[in-house]
Amino acid sequence: MGPFLETLIGGLMTGMLYSLVALGFVLIFKASGVFNFAQGAMVLFAALTMARFAQWIPQWTGLSDKLLVNLLAFGVAMIVMIGVAWLIERLVLGKLVNQEGITLLMATLGITYFLDGFGQTLFGSDIYKIDVGLPKDPIFLFEQTFQGGVLINQEDLAAAAIAAALVALLAAFFQYTSTGRALRAVADDHQAAQSIGIPLSRIWVIVWSVAGFVALVAGIIWGSKLGVQFSLSLVALKALPVVILGGLTSVPGAIVGGLIIGVGEKLSEVFIGPYFGGGIEIWFAYVLALVFLLVRPQGLFGEKIIDRV
Amino acid sequence: MLYRENGQFKTSYTADQQIFPILQDRIAMALLLAVAFVAVPLLGSEYMFRAIFIPFLILSLAALGLNILVGYCGQISLGTGAFMAVGAYAAYNFQVRIEGMPVLLSLLLGGVCATAVGVVFGIPSLRIKGLYLAVATLAAQFFVDWAFLRIKWFTNDSASGSVSVADLNVFGLPIETPVAKYLFCLSFLMVFGLLAKNLVRSHIGREWMAIRDMDVAAAVIGIRPVHAKLSAFAVSSFIVGVAGALWGFVYLGSWEPAAFSIDRSFQLLFMVIIGGLGSIMGSFFGAAFIVLLPILLDQLLPALGSLVGLTFDTAVVSHVVFMIFGALIVFFLIAEPHGLARLWAVAKEKLRLWPFPH
Repeated sequence: MGPFLETLIGGLMTGMLYSLVALGFVLIFKASGVFNFAQGAMVLFAALTMARFAQWIPQWTGLSDKLLVNLLAFGVAMIVMIGVAWLIERLVLGKLVNQEGITLLMATLGITYFLDGFGQTLFGSDIYKIDVGLPKDPIFLFEQTFQGGVLINQEDLAAAAIAAALVALLAAFFQYTSTGRALRAVADDHQAAQSIGIPLSRIWVIVWSVAGFVALVAGIIWGSKLGVQFSLSLVALKALPVVILGGLTSVPGAIVGGLIIGVGEKLSEVFIGPYFGGGIEIWFAYVLALVFLLVRPQGLFGEKIIDRV
Repeated sequence: MLYRENGQFKTSYTADQQIFPILQDRIAMALLLAVAFVAVPLLGSEYMFRAIFIPFLILSLAALGLNILVGYCGQISLGTGAFMAVGAYAAYNFQVRIEGMPVLLSLLLGGVCATAVGVVFGIPSLRIKGLYLAVATLAAQFFVDWAFLRIKWFTNDSASGSVSVADLNVFGLPIETPVAKYLFCLSFLMVFGLLAKNLVRSHIGREWMAIRDMDVAAAVIGIRPVHAKLSAFAVSSFIVGVAGALWGFVYLGSWEPAAFSIDRSFQLLFMVIIGGLGSIMGSFFGAAFIVLLPILLDQLLPALGSLVGLTFDTAVVSHVVFMIFGALIVFFLIAEPHGLARLWAVAKEKLRLWPFPH
């Protein structure tokens, strides 16, 4: 029972991080219909900015209070991400309005290459640590219930709490602010939203900034767990099966899809993997998404707008 | 003035249906082939063959295959690298396991195996399309990567999936020197280019384009979507598979699954889109652009840097190349969403009217 639960919880933690990346993905897809491959690159870029400024600020100003430094670095990273969002809207998406989906997809791939290269040129390509003071020590749970108990990282628990808070914050933002209402209107129908006076280009900047914020949070959690490195950028590819599973336009879908993929991946690796020679984590998510597409193309929570052939 | 079809009358059906209806095009094509087959082998240096010509030829073959699927039939694929890998490893197995197997035959059989895998992963296209299909083909990419890494039988029990071939020869002629390799790839490309050009002009090509433009209308006029889509997947994967086998056998010599990673798939998709969707010519333009750009940037950057008194280390150069590459792709998509082939078509139109503006 113990190992099974530990795998399950490990999977939930990984899945939650997939969810965070997928969330940024869904936000952008809903508001602008862009399949944003650059989400992973944005995670990497945001995390790099945060990690480097957290290092640089004490050197420049002599501040030593860790919380203050981290907050400042977070602020700088957020401003940088808003700048990135504004530039992407201005220089790329604004010029590609009304192009086909595949052209937009390729454009975001171009952005991916650019951000990866730019981030590493600017901030260097070593592995950096982000230390926001998450508790590190593992704890044992359920020791009384059964033999051995379950080993859990406190860091993972903190990360889960942060992610949950983020989702709640986003939900509140979308539901109760006027900007959020405008965002939902644009997501529903571009033309109708524009005709009642919602400025599309500004909405897109906001959406990309929100996606940048989500990327930053995801980057911090991953970064403090594994270090900030290039492989963060590849997480974006795992977000694709997640959004397919959950439905491309559904925020809860991204969360549930991420958790399912994370858990499924870990459980299958541990319990089915040995029969296939191991390493099936690499493709499990994609094959699961493939099977899902054949049975339920709109995903778990998606709207049924997909064209059946 | 020089380039126009005025006065070139067609008096037979064959003349009406030739690939290059304008005399000047035929002359240009003959010249191009002469340059490629005679002048380049005489003049090119070994570095140029290794770094530019051979990769260009093989990747344009792969781009040609992908263009049939994406450009002509409208099915997006992110799994091209996987089909290349299947071609390469299947050809390797035929070569190693069967005594005295001719290289040519193993390359083609590699293509046949890629066809089979391509058709299997093409089946989802019958129910889904567009970006959803792209995600479905990603499954092919990761599954195949894993299979060649983990299933030892495919790689003849070698560690980490790395294999190598040596002593290539075709009809008794050794393919060892860069020039021989170049000519070998060029012949392949020429034959497949001609085949592809004729295929897309035939009824099958028209079926593909009908499906791409509007599948429901195509089905109404009696085109079988299943047949059209799967045949596009089959033809495309065959060409891509042969290109993959060539990439392994001729260009790399020894390779591992990482040679056909997801990056390769993206690279090929870039070629097809920058070159021009639905254009045979575009595949070549795109391949040339994507192959040459990083090499040019690699050469230019340190030179430019030393001009202003900066020296970059290699890591920084590679990041900057990455960055400029991404920016240029975005720039190209904005400046000419229909690709380089469209620029070519516009240039030809202008040339017909030259020196008059209208």
